[in-house]
Amino acid sequence: MAAKNITPTRMELTRLKRKLATTRRGHKLLKDKRDELMRQFMDLVRENMELRKKVEAGIKAANKNFVLAKSTMSEESVNVAFMTPKQEVSLSTDTKNIMSVDIPVFQYQTRTNDANDIYSYGLAFTSSDLDDAVKSLADLLPDMLHLAEVEKACQLMAAEIEKTRRRVNALEHVMIPETEASIKYISSKLDENERSTQIRLMKVKDMLLEEAHHYSERNGA
Amino acid sequence: MYKIAVMGEPDSIYGFATLGLDTFPFDSPEEAARQLRQMAEGDYAVIYITEGLAEGLKAEIDRYREQILPAIILLPGVSGNTGEGISRVKKSVEQAVGSDILFGGQNNE
Repeated sequence: MAAKNITPTRMELTRLKRKLATTRRGHKLLKDKRDELMRQFMDLVRENMELRKKVEAGIKAANKNFVLAKSTMSEESVNVAFMTPKQEVSLSTDTKNIMSVDIPVFQYQTRTNDANDIYSYGLAFTSSDLDDAVKSLADLLPDMLHLAEVEKACQLMAAEIEKTRRRVNALEHVMIPETEASIKYISSKLDENERSTQIRLMKVKDMLLEEAHHYSERNGA
Repeated sequence: MYKIAVMGEPDSIYGFATLGLDTFPFDSPEEAARQLRQMAEGDYAVIYITEGLAEGLKAEIDRYREQILPAIILLPGVSGNTGEGISRVKKSVEQAVGSDILFGGQNNE
C-alpha cells in the first residue's frame, strides 16, 4: 500500500518515477535471466539423471563383480591385493560461468598414462573376477567425474534459480505495486494542492474586486 | 591440484582404491562427519559418499550444497540402491521449479 511516510513533493514524485522505471527494467531483466537459467537447468538436470542412472547401474555391476571375487578369495588376499594402489588420480578444477553461476569443470590426470595400469597386484594369487571388478570400476571413472560436475552444476543452478525467482516475485508483487501506489498518492496530493491554490486565488480575486467595485451593494440596490 | 575421496562402508568402497582415489572407510556417521569437514576444507574437489553412510550425514552434506567445491556426490553402496541419490536430483528440481515437473513427465514416457 501507499506508504504514509512519504512527502508529497514534486521532487519525490520525480524520484519515484525514476525508481519505477528502473524497477520495471530490473524486473524484465531478472525475468529473462530466470527463464534462461531454467532452460539451461532443465537440460542439465536431464543429463544429470541419465548419468546418474548409468553410474548407479555401473556401480551395481562392479559391486556384483567384487562380491563374486571376494567369494573365491580369502579376505586377506583381497586386502593385500589392494594395499598399495598403483594409480593415482589428481584433479584440476576450473570454473565455467553459465548465466552468472560459477560451475566447476573437472579435468583429471592419472599418474601413469596407461589406462590399463590399474591392477595393483600380481595376477598369481587373485581371481579373474577381481580383474573384471577393477576394470569395470575403472571404466566408470570418467562417467563418475562427469556426474560430479553435472550434479554440482545442477545444485548450484537450482540455488541461483530460487534466488532469482524470489527477486522477480518481490519486484513484481511488492516493489512495483508499492511504487505505483506512492506515485498515485503523490500526484493526487499535488493535484489537490493545485486545485486549492486555484480556488484560493479566485476567492482572493473576488474579494479584491468586491472591495474596489462594491458589486453586492449595487446588486442589492 | 585437487584430490578425489570416497567415503562409505568398507565393503562398498575398497575397489576405488585401485583407481587411485583416496578411500576412507567409516561405519559410524560421527567420525565420518569430522573427516568430511576436514576434507571439504582441504584439497578434495570431489567426495563420493555411499548412500548408506550419507543417511547420517545429511546436515553436513547440505552445508556444502551451495559451495562450488567440494562436489559431494552420493553413490549406491554394496547393500543396494536406496534411491537417495536420485531423490537429491529431484530436490534440486523442486528447489528450482517449485514442483517436481521432471519426474512427473518421465512417468508418462
